[in-house]
Amino acid sequence: MTGSRDLWQFPGTKTAAFAVIVYLYLPILVLIVLSFNASDSSLARWEGFSTHWYAMVAADDNMLNAIRNSGIVACIATLFGTAIATAAALGTARTRFRGQTVVEALIGLPLIVPDIVAAIAILLFFVMIGIKLGLISLVLAHTVFAIPIAYLPIRARLEGLDPALAEAAADLYANPWQTLRRVILPLIWPGIVSGAMLAFIGSLGDVVVSYFVSGPGSTTLPVYVFSMVRMGVTPTVNAVSTLLIAASVSLLTASYLLGRRFS
Amino acid sequence: MSALSRRSGLLAPAMLAIGVLLVLPLGLMAYVSTLERGSDGGVIWDRHTLDAYVQFLFERDLMDNLALNTDYLGIFARSIGLAATTAVLTLAIAFPTAMWMAFQPPSRRTFLLFVVTVPFWTNLLVRNYSWILILRNGGFLDFALMGTGLRHEPLNILYSPLATGIGLVYSFLPFMILPVYVSLEKLDRRYIEAAFDLGADRLRTLIRIILPLSMPGIVGGLILVFVPCLGAFVTPALLGGGKSLMIGSLIQQQFGQARNWPFGAALAFVLLAIILAALWVHAMRFRRPTRSAA
Repeated sequence: MTGSRDLWQFPGTKTAAFAVIVYLYLPILVLIVLSFNASDSSLARWEGFSTHWYAMVAADDNMLNAIRNSGIVACIATLFGTAIATAAALGTARTRFRGQTVVEALIGLPLIVPDIVAAIAILLFFVMIGIKLGLISLVLAHTVFAIPIAYLPIRARLEGLDPALAEAAADLYANPWQTLRRVILPLIWPGIVSGAMLAFIGSLGDVVVSYFVSGPGSTTLPVYVFSMVRMGVTPTVNAVSTLLIAASVSLLTASYLLGRRFS
Repeated sequence: MSALSRRSGLLAPAMLAIGVLLVLPLGLMAYVSTLERGSDGGVIWDRHTLDAYVQFLFERDLMDNLALNTDYLGIFARSIGLAATTAVLTLAIAFPTAMWMAFQPPSRRTFLLFVVTVPFWTNLLVRNYSWILILRNGGFLDFALMGTGLRHEPLNILYSPLATGIGLVYSFLPFMILPVYVSLEKLDRRYIEAAFDLGADRLRTLIRIILPLSMPGIVGGLILVFVPCLGAFVTPALLGGGKSLMIGSLIQQQFGQARNWPFGAALAFVLLAIILAALWVHAMRFRRPTRSAA
């Protein structure tokens, strides 16, 4: 390349970027590698490949129960959250109305309030109105956080839509419901799917809110792992952590590929 | 059906869910902070007192006189200091990276963005836990340093404020890279070309053109890191041990061992107030003429 192109290469930024990418991934890689370590001390010394710790995960009934709870809560919260977010995005995208700033601030509120504050506020609310802490309280709390996460990609997709398409549908005598079903929803589908995936990952990863609003029998996986880690490091935690990483990375990759295919 | 009623119908579920399950609870939390503590934990719903806020600033001595107690203020100050340091450190690390990413060809940018976002979406607990494996005595870092002969004994840094800092910077780095990247990517390249054409070198272009124009992203990133850092609970609990209490852990204790709900609610309310004040200042500084956006 000629000199003008070289000018854009600020010295050191490339090295810094690669260092940052290594920094971001190294701890995760260490964790994944150690989850296959035959040694039971979980120190850094490699003592041969083994899937023993994964077998331990599969044999731990409490862990399996926590995985099941996490799955149930994440699925239901994602379903509710995404449906509510889709409706909200249809109501706010490509329009200006009085009170819009307030509406949008409210939708974003769960992402602004610190986890710990939201968690104890919701806990106090459940205690006051007498909702028993368990799967239902978890689903309700997780739905609130799923809404803004799913809202953002759906809304972005709607903003990118050509308004002429909805107008053409109206010209051809489609009523608003038919326009929504036949024109808008198929076009924003990738946004909805990627919003749902992010909401699912968010729900699956939540520790703080779940820590406060889960009951004795309804521990979610991250809460269970959190209490295990506080007791002490065991290689079983490495294995179940690797499984959690695998779940979010595969969902993210699917969401990324989907976005690329439809953009 | 009119556009207005259709819009109301679309927005109602979201407003209802967030209103009932978050706004109302936050109001309730503020209310609980003014209640009297029950003898068995919990609260007495009809007895009001400002004891929780008094306890935040003062302690009662044996003669029942109030004396200023800086313990809790100290924890707030330490948390604010740690959150601010984390925000500045992440900016220093993120800026060159975001700059390199933003000046790549567009096709590669999407991929790099994905690479940087993956850790952000990976479970926060897992990411913090992985640092235990690295920092603990005989962990990966000791193994690497002692294996190469750089050190002869363990570093012993797990369960310290330093470890909390490392974990916070690591956890929130993507929160900084993304907004800085977005503002750099949107920046009109012609300004930079003009600076070069007019004979400015890279450093001058960086300081006079690129930094000022990416300021919204920088400030946005500082806030995105500072706010969750201030309320951090998982990182100090896992990496900081018991020695470096932060606001988040202090609030949790009031609902755990201490069983003092009004005090916990008051602490959470003060934390929320600090954060809303910071956001409000930011919104006022960067207020744009809203009409032109329409």
